[in-house]
Amino acid sequence: MQSLSNKSKVVSDKPMTFMERLYLPAVFGGMWITFKHLFKKHNTIKFPEKQRIFAPVYRGQHVLKRDEKGRENCTACGLCAVACPAEAITMTSAERKKGEEHLYREEKYASMYEINMLRCIFCGLCEEACPKEAIFLTDRLVPTEFERKDFIYGKDKLVESKENPIDISLRQHTGKRTEK
Amino acid sequence: MILEKLILATIIFGISLFIAMYATYLERKVAAWLQDRVGPDRAGPYGLLQPLADGAKMFLKEDFIPTNADKWLFIMGPGIAMFTALMTSAIIPWGTDLVLFGRTIALQVADFNIGILYIMGVLSIGVYGIMIGGWASNNKYSLFGAIRASSQMISYELAMGITVITIVMMTGSLSLRDITNAQHGMNWNVFYQPLAFIVFLICSLAELNRAPFDMAECESELIGGYHTEYGSMKLGFYLFAEYISMFISSAIISILFFGGYNFPGMDAFSGNVLAILGVAALFMKIVFFIFVIMWIRWTLPRFRYDQLMHLGWKSLIPISLINMLITGLVIAFKNGWFNS
Repeated sequence: MQSLSNKSKVVSDKPMTFMERLYLPAVFGGMWITFKHLFKKHNTIKFPEKQRIFAPVYRGQHVLKRDEKGRENCTACGLCAVACPAEAITMTSAERKKGEEHLYREEKYASMYEINMLRCIFCGLCEEACPKEAIFLTDRLVPTEFERKDFIYGKDKLVESKENPIDISLRQHTGKRTEK
Repeated sequence: MILEKLILATIIFGISLFIAMYATYLERKVAAWLQDRVGPDRAGPYGLLQPLADGAKMFLKEDFIPTNADKWLFIMGPGIAMFTALMTSAIIPWGTDLVLFGRTIALQVADFNIGILYIMGVLSIGVYGIMIGGWASNNKYSLFGAIRASSQMISYELAMGITVITIVMMTGSLSLRDITNAQHGMNWNVFYQPLAFIVFLICSLAELNRAPFDMAECESELIGGYHTEYGSMKLGFYLFAEYISMFISSAIISILFFGGYNFPGMDAFSGNVLAILGVAALFMKIVFFIFVIMWIRWTLPRFRYDQLMHLGWKSLIPISLINMLITGLVIAFKNGWFNS
């Protein structure tokens, strides 16, 4: 049969020569290879002290963004929940009352918004579906918990605080969003 | 006199334990370096407290004895392994005589005139620790490991003994002190008997149950071999015994083939300075050989069982026999036994 990649080797079962049967040249060859590795640089990053920089495309824990006035962007349209292939997102909507204009950007908002982090596959489709630029995936890791119920993140964990907003500027330059 | 020997024995006991402790650390570090990793570096500076952490872990684990195991033999196994490993260090000459407080102290616990024979004997008893441990566990994998270990030790002890005989023939003495003194300066046996050295090194690896001859343990096929059922400090004893044996074997290799405490340019010194430098030289050789043994472990894959037996019986024994024959002929020619 003709070789396609030219990488195939012809296998033979010819008896070993005397030098091969001595084994020692091969053993010393192997030891020389491992010896050279003694002086090679290791690639280990010493984790707790040094952290590796995440790639901009990394998809970690979600954040619900606020606008520049500190109002929640989310209008509970439910597109993220529809887009979610793992059915991890659920929400209930509520109408904005008089005097709540500084809390919510539009007339409708999510009174309850939950993501089940055990179901979530971090595909980022919710982020793509969102018409209001409300939900983003960040470079944060979801911490481990002991109870399943602790993995269901409510608004208390998802919405960013007014004082320290989560930086998602890196995220802006990765997807289709920039081209628009 | 007795007190002197007692102190020396205690010091050597402490040193063997200390070296075995740090051999475990070195093993992990060498493995890491050879594989482009860092190795343990969390406990203390450069991870130097790692052996202590390992020891504490071993002590705090549950001391478990299987229901169907032979209880007393199960406990005896690691004890024998540790005991025989430590016993060998008694006759190793660590250096020339040291003069302290007007007394001459020989840096050797006991200078038997049959030292090397004693070592071979104790090494053979060493297999009992493994055999009894494997048998008492009442586990098929343990028994496999024990059987393999014993057959391997019997096979390789022959070639090892024959190479030792060549060295004894050259020196004309079984005492390790005499063998060392015959290699004054750079006059090391390895330059006269390179073949014997290689055979002896291979046999030592086999006797130690170290890779590539770790048939008795075989993590990948016998899930630990003879110490499958062991846990806690009993397992710790087995592992520790292995590292102590490694230390002692390195010492024996250094003494038989690399001149022990002899080093080039040793005639320029005398008295205590010579003794201390000699001990330092010996320990440098020992550490080097410990490193070589680890280096081999992290380079070569394990032998198959039939390959192991082929190598032992069909290669090493003929080679060492022929080597012994040639050595004998050369000695006979030199002494003019054929002239009469």
